[in-house]
Amino acid sequence: MTLLVGSIQLGLLYGVMALGIYITFRILQLPDLTVDGSFSLGMAVAAVITVAGHPVLALIVAVLSGALAGLATGLLQTRLAIHPILSGILVMTGLYTVNLFIMGGRANLSVMGNTTVFTQSKTLVALVVALFLTILLAVFFKTRFGLAIRATGDNEDMVRSSSINADLMKCAGLILGNACVGLAGALIGQYQMFSDVGSGSGMVVIGLASVIIGETIFGKRGVTIGLASAVGGSILYRIIIALALRVDLFPSYALKLISSAIVVIALSGPSLRRGLEQQRVRRSVREHQRRLDSDASTGASK
Amino acid sequence: MKKAVSVLIVGMLILGLFAGCSDDGATDKGSGEKIYRIGVVQPMDHPSLNQIRDTIEEELNDLGYEGKVELVFENANGDMSLLPTIMQELINSQVDMIVPIATPSAQAAAATTETIPIVFSAVSNPVEAGLVTSFENTDKNITGVSNSIAIEDIFELAGVLTPEVETFGFIYNSSEINSSVGIERAKAYCEANGIPYREATITGTADLQQVASSLVGSVDAFFTPNDNTVASAMATYMQVAMEAKIPTYVGADSMVADGGLATVGIDYTVLGRQTAAMIARIMDGEDINENPVEQIAEYANMINVKTAEALGVTIPESLKEDFVLIGE
Repeated sequence: MTLLVGSIQLGLLYGVMALGIYITFRILQLPDLTVDGSFSLGMAVAAVITVAGHPVLALIVAVLSGALAGLATGLLQTRLAIHPILSGILVMTGLYTVNLFIMGGRANLSVMGNTTVFTQSKTLVALVVALFLTILLAVFFKTRFGLAIRATGDNEDMVRSSSINADLMKCAGLILGNACVGLAGALIGQYQMFSDVGSGSGMVVIGLASVIIGETIFGKRGVTIGLASAVGGSILYRIIIALALRVDLFPSYALKLISSAIVVIALSGPSLRRGLEQQRVRRSVREHQRRLDSDASTGASK
Repeated sequence: MKKAVSVLIVGMLILGLFAGCSDDGATDKGSGEKIYRIGVVQPMDHPSLNQIRDTIEEELNDLGYEGKVELVFENANGDMSLLPTIMQELINSQVDMIVPIATPSAQAAAATTETIPIVFSAVSNPVEAGLVTSFENTDKNITGVSNSIAIEDIFELAGVLTPEVETFGFIYNSSEINSSVGIERAKAYCEANGIPYREATITGTADLQQVASSLVGSVDAFFTPNDNTVASAMATYMQVAMEAKIPTYVGADSMVADGGLATVGIDYTVLGRQTAAMIARIMDGEDINENPVEQIAEYANMINVKTAEALGVTIPESLKEDFVLIGE
């Protein structure tokens, strides 16, 4: 029971990060690797402010810090025309120093014994934050501005020709995405009671896996369903990991391979379905052809 | 249809989590005696950490707990986001005690439970890590064995072994809390004793060669605490140091075995043994309150003779008594 509840809590909190990754990877179609850095950044900033005794303010400042990291990546991409993947990596790498500086040169900062937003209830807070953010983003992407960001992801040339500033939209999306990631870092830091400079590593993969699992289960539909399924996928991802830990069939170091396999299976879902679809089409074409042939032969015998 | 399948899959997954919740608590072995279950958690695979884990297991068997204790080994394999889930899994399977190895695991354990006793191992700085109020004051249901390295002893050793050294070069990984704590203490010691030092940090093994080379020429000796990253790339480190004829003082016995000149360092077998002894006391019903955090009882005094010869360092007779000479 603890494991299930814990997995759902973690899933909701990492779901906030999955929302950010959904915005950059799926809505903007940008491979944004800032995430590993902005996650730790949010965590570091929030830990410092939480220790100073302001847990809620910590979350707000973490959102702003994440947004700044996204802005930096956006500017590198648009103003300096650096390749999107490289821009993200550059900002992420630079943030390592910033994060250490924020935590006063320490690699690890404990928030044990301080009040956090989870002091009252973990599940409720995680649920409210994830739900509120999903609804907020869903509404935002229905506004004119939100639609312009979506259009930029769908067809940049079309957007540029219709006098929308595509660069501005890219920056806005990156800011929004990394703000979510920064918030997730802050929440996880308060949840696990410490901030570690290495916490962000591998977050892109985890977020992406969540988004993909969500899409596989709930299908690819509109942006609202997409956002909700990113959070759902994140919860499922954590439950899958918990199951992998629970089933003691393998040694513990096999877990990485198991999680990779899970993601591959989840990823292969759509293409397998396509393959089956194609097979069906091929079979029906063959059937049709046979029928035509037999019709022709019977016609010839007449 | 597709939706129904999805819902079914999700339902099965969740059921899977409930399955076995009821029957995997303490098991009886027919004798009616309760088996004490201990979850041992490490954040990654690493020679030193594995050594602690193995020693704890051996030592508990030697103390006569074989068959009375079931050890559940968990490992996050470097993925810190897994630690909370691992802890929740242990609580779910109703372990009687959690033994986290190294700082991140201990912090994750402390954040997950307040009711299950926690006995940590290899946490350099449990007070700053937020685990205990002080070494004597273990009122949070947490205690353990700390492995602060004997910084002062290492510098005193350097004074005897290589008295001509003036400037020290500190090389360590800035993202390892145990290293940064060790370096802070080394700086404090150097400043108090008027020893000049320069520092250079790495973030991974890939930086080590360049970073070490950058100090060559401006320092007379290298110092690295019990840094896991440097420890796993000693070969690279020693290549640079030996080429420049620079003595290297380190914080762990394994690092001397891999070519470092000398250490008054952590002996991970001793650490494991001390942890096992503490686990045994608490298993037998002692209160955590009555068990203050222990410092590692004895250090590994080691000098690498081969390295000393290559550097032209003569080992004084006075040291040969207390130090293990390896590579002879």
